[in-house]
Amino acid sequence: MTAAAALAKNRYVPAALGLGSFVAFIALVELLIRVGVINRFIVPMPSDIIAAFPRVIVEEHVLQRFLLTAGEALSASILVTIFGVAGGVLLYRYHLLRLATETWVAAVAAAPLVLMYPLYLVIFGRSALTIVMMGFTAGLAPIMLKTLEGLLATRRVLINVGRSFNLTPSQQFWKILFPAALPTIFVGLRLGLIFALINIVGVEFLINFGGLGQLINELAERYDLAGTYAAICFVILVSICVFILMERLERWLRPVD
Amino acid sequence: MAAVPFERIDADAPKLAPANAILTVDDIVKRFETPDGVLTAIDHVSLSVAPGEFVGVIGPSGCGKSTLFNVIGGLLDGYDGTVKVAGERVRGPHPAIGMIFQEESTFPWRNVLDNVAFPLEIAGMPRAERYDRARHFVKLVGLDGFERRYPAELSGGMRQRVSMARTLAAQPKILLMDEPFASLDEQTRLLLGDKVLQIQQQLKQTTLLITHNITEAVQLSDRVVVMTYRPGKVKRMVEINLPRPRSSEIVSSEAFGRYVAQIWSDLREEASRGLDDEESRKLHEGEKR
Repeated sequence: MTAAAALAKNRYVPAALGLGSFVAFIALVELLIRVGVINRFIVPMPSDIIAAFPRVIVEEHVLQRFLLTAGEALSASILVTIFGVAGGVLLYRYHLLRLATETWVAAVAAAPLVLMYPLYLVIFGRSALTIVMMGFTAGLAPIMLKTLEGLLATRRVLINVGRSFNLTPSQQFWKILFPAALPTIFVGLRLGLIFALINIVGVEFLINFGGLGQLINELAERYDLAGTYAAICFVILVSICVFILMERLERWLRPVD
Repeated sequence: MAAVPFERIDADAPKLAPANAILTVDDIVKRFETPDGVLTAIDHVSLSVAPGEFVGVIGPSGCGKSTLFNVIGGLLDGYDGTVKVAGERVRGPHPAIGMIFQEESTFPWRNVLDNVAFPLEIAGMPRAERYDRARHFVKLVGLDGFERRYPAELSGGMRQRVSMARTLAAQPKILLMDEPFASLDEQTRLLLGDKVLQIQQQLKQTTLLITHNITEAVQLSDRVVVMTYRPGKVKRMVEINLPRPRSSEIVSSEAFGRYVAQIWSDLREEASRGLDDEESRKLHEGEKR
């Protein structure tokens, strides 16, 4: 076994290497800004961003904003998971519906849906609901498409095993099709949730309603670059929380790949 | 070992339709619509299997073996003729028939024990009881100690044994196997053949094996049904009068060699037809392009 392979087997080495690389990258950026290679009026020094955290947390009420954005992201995630997976199942189940709409759904997945926010403002008002619905709309199509792909990719022999055991259509779905499609469904969920989160923060930014998106907008307008980047770190934190939840859910539903 | 007389019997010989047959396949014809017209995959195929008997069906690629497997298993409809289990007509998957497929068919998201317990879970058996029974069948196929492993952690032969244990756990009256060892190497195939013989002898399991491997068919079967190339018809039925219990050591016996040679002489012509047909089709496809 090579030394690299032995290190990869160690429980702590990969995590330490990842963290070490990140710290080294931050230190490099700091150095490049200090020596003037990177313009400090465009990219703030990492040390300034770290120093801005207490100010952003205390003065900008970042906890309430974080909870608002996280709540919107969670609501959109739940909605998009339920309706996206159900939509994918419908497309799988009804061949005519699939033929009639699959191209449209794929087109929606690629469309810049954030531009529809004025319409949503008219329908849902200037509220968190508009933001959640924008996130939901943006995340729906990729989840539907990936659910469909996962179900269609279920190996014929597994379906035949179910048939040979006289499974009911419901058992066939829950015991074979759904678990077989789960890895692909979760790829769709990850994609969909990224789309949803981008749109949630984007619409918060655009409609100045609240949450981390609005904070980023305000800090940017005040030209508080360190504060802006510190606020962006909290958006990344929301993303990390959602993805950890997603990973736990996947491990629970399918303990092995 | 004493020389065993070779018995070669025509397909329509009456002694090959046991009166107490548990499985009766009567005059099956299955046609498929293809872009080139109607293709008859199997043509007036009849056979029957007595309780506890092991029957092998052998034929070249394209003789409709897998079509026959799917018809008997109830996975394919729209055919002429009848399939009966203990006198009851089969119109779809039948609980008395357990199927083992050619392709790898374990559920990758379930460990060995949960895979084997699957049919019992579907039947609504209480958890403790179904795991007890599943453990029994895991042990029967020689996988005790691997209960918590997932299929990805097992070899191809072990996965096929999991599939076998899963099917046996449902305690079917008839075991239907479609080239279950086709993807395995020759040595593993012989050793798994031993395992199948051991299980079949222990459970007195009625078995119908679909295969293209002559050695496997002779090693395992009481009777071998030789099929023609497309359309698949029964060309010959051969009684295998080799002593039981058997093991893979029997493949080195003189009698075994004679059975293999005789079946090959029947199959050779069919396999050649299949090869010629395949080559002319490829040529035709090339010309079309």
